[in-house]
Amino acid sequence: MHAKDPEAAKLGMWLFLFTEILLFGGLFLLYASYLYRFPDEFHVGGKQLSLIYGTVNTAILLISSWAVAMSISALHRNRDSLSRKMLLLTIGLGLVFLVNKAFEWHGKIAAGIYPDSPVLNTKPDGEVLFFGLYYLMTGLHGIHVLIGCCLLLFAYWWLRIGKIHRTDYALLENVGLYWHLVDLIWVFLFPLFYLIA
Amino acid sequence: MPKHDAFYKPQEDGKGWIRSWLFTHDHKRIGVLYLYTILAFFLVGMTLGGVIRFELIRPGMNLMDAQTYNVLFTLHGVIMIFFVVIPSIPATFGNIFLPIQLGADDVSFPRINLLSWWMYIFGAILIVCSLFTGGGPPDTGWTFYVPFSEVTSTNVNLAVFAVFILGFSSIFTGLNFVTTIHRLRCEGMTWTRLPLFVWSLYATGWIQILATPVLAITVLLVMVERFMGVGMFDPSKGGDPLLYQHLFWIYSHPAVYIMILPAMGVISDIIPVFARKNIFGYKMVAFSSLMIAFAGSLVWAHHMFTSGMSDFAVLVFSFLTFVVAIPSAIKVFNWVTTLYKGSIYTDPPFWFALAFIFLFSVGGLTGLILGSAGTDIYVHDTYFVVGHFHYVIFGGLGFGFFAAMHYWLPKISGRMYNCKIAKWSCVILFVGFNWLYFPMLLLGLQGMPRRYYDYLPEFEPLQYASTLGSWVLLAGLLIMFVNILYGTWKGKPVEDNPWGGETLEWKIQAPLPHENFEEEPTVTAGPYEFSDRGRGNAC
Repeated sequence: MHAKDPEAAKLGMWLFLFTEILLFGGLFLLYASYLYRFPDEFHVGGKQLSLIYGTVNTAILLISSWAVAMSISALHRNRDSLSRKMLLLTIGLGLVFLVNKAFEWHGKIAAGIYPDSPVLNTKPDGEVLFFGLYYLMTGLHGIHVLIGCCLLLFAYWWLRIGKIHRTDYALLENVGLYWHLVDLIWVFLFPLFYLIA
Repeated sequence: MPKHDAFYKPQEDGKGWIRSWLFTHDHKRIGVLYLYTILAFFLVGMTLGGVIRFELIRPGMNLMDAQTYNVLFTLHGVIMIFFVVIPSIPATFGNIFLPIQLGADDVSFPRINLLSWWMYIFGAILIVCSLFTGGGPPDTGWTFYVPFSEVTSTNVNLAVFAVFILGFSSIFTGLNFVTTIHRLRCEGMTWTRLPLFVWSLYATGWIQILATPVLAITVLLVMVERFMGVGMFDPSKGGDPLLYQHLFWIYSHPAVYIMILPAMGVISDIIPVFARKNIFGYKMVAFSSLMIAFAGSLVWAHHMFTSGMSDFAVLVFSFLTFVVAIPSAIKVFNWVTTLYKGSIYTDPPFWFALAFIFLFSVGGLTGLILGSAGTDIYVHDTYFVVGHFHYVIFGGLGFGFFAAMHYWLPKISGRMYNCKIAKWSCVILFVGFNWLYFPMLLLGLQGMPRRYYDYLPEFEPLQYASTLGSWVLLAGLLIMFVNILYGTWKGKPVEDNPWGGETLEWKIQAPLPHENFEEEPTVTAGPYEFSDRGRGNAC
């Protein structure tokens, strides 16, 4: 067996993040061409989304990204327990994000706005597409938040049992990178849906 | 006699035989797992193709009804594209020889390597399930074009989900290879000393990483549309089916370079060995792989010239398509120039390599007719496309794969096949191949549309000829597989360097040992700088 190579692990993770960006890239492409075709309807659609939910969730994810970065820094400084606490904070913020998202979706669904719903199908084409993209993109992002929380939980466990420690932390860094990506994608989703109006 | 046990012999680590194979982290064993599963799927796809050809021998119904025909050509396409040619050379010979050619013990992520094989198997199980569940096997063609794929009652859901899983299997292979090439080159293995096979896998790896996710999201959208009717591609809700085609080809055109680049790498490795001469223009051949990967990512819409794009877009994509011809031609000309004044000796791998160059050239040149917007409108969606595609993929990748089998299997197993039969099988394959597919080019020019179950009587002579050719091709394939598999298991032992190659895999024992290298090798020369020691004498 060859020796551990943290550089390779990080390179591999970056390549994987490229694939994630391109996975969302397909949806961004759809968004771009439909925005170009239906600018007015997208404006009307954007107005119907709650700016408060969007802004709060953006803040939550940005803080959580900070928390995971702090967790890595804490590990560098040999403060293992702080590192673990920061991970728990990140997971907690991720979950709060999902709960907010659930409330927001619930509100919309209660108002009859969901894919193929009778209410939505009577609206103009551009709005149908806007909300279609809204559910697709925030849904796919939500799944990534969930996966990210699971990974963070694993990282927390590995820290506890000493699989991740001060001299061998590539796993934690990679989980952190994944979480930053989840955050970054949201940073693009937020203006595209909530600030477009 | 070899000094060490072969890698396929049991190791004394207490693992059972099944566990030591199905859960191995050894890149050589994973490559062998891939080899046998891919060959099995090739036999399935080949049989389906033969049955389709038989149905077309005369007009009207010969063997099956039209719906069965639709299902069979869909399955032929899905199985051949996603289960055979996409993984083909990288997952088998790439897995086995990439680390050895770099002077490494294994790939960077052995466990992810195993995971990618398991995902492949999982995808395979899903595809088999899609045959027997839901509304029956999919009948959309391998491209899953909307709107039909959103409304057909057949089991498209499982099939596209299988493609999604296979996509990630392919991504993991590419990611692994790119990282390995960056991180695990041995002492002295500079970028300009990499074997050209490695360069081609490097370019392929990048396409796998950057293009495959777009396919993943596209087929996922087909599934979501079928379940929820979001309307992304549904004109009644404002969606545009053309965008599906864009997204699909953004992956699926670069995917043909995932298929052909590794085969080009194999040929670039074989030609110098049998010409006893350094490759002509090493840097250009290596660079052209990257050029193909890059330019090939910008040409996808040439599949859509008649779909209703703007004329300006047609013009741009037609031009970009011609640009890809340049690096491809660089490769062909450099191979031929390498042969010039070489001291050529002709053993079976070389025969297959020559067949590759000829067939790939036909495929490439017919591709220019399709890439030129004016002529494409005339032959679009005809047998000309089918003929062109099979010349590039079967004549190119297929023959490259056969060349790789004849070149490397003796090294892997330590046993030699019968050279005479191998050469005959190459001739029969070559004749059968042209007999089967050249009539398709003519049929296309006469206007025979692809995927049609029935045809007008004036197409009968060429259709008939094409089916006869398929039997010759099948005979050639059977002879070749029996010969090479018999040789692998029962052939006479072969020496470590049967062809006289200079890349690192020829410097270790045959059959390949468990541990690639006793100590890390040091490289001091390029991969094709041959000494006077001369040619091998395996045949």
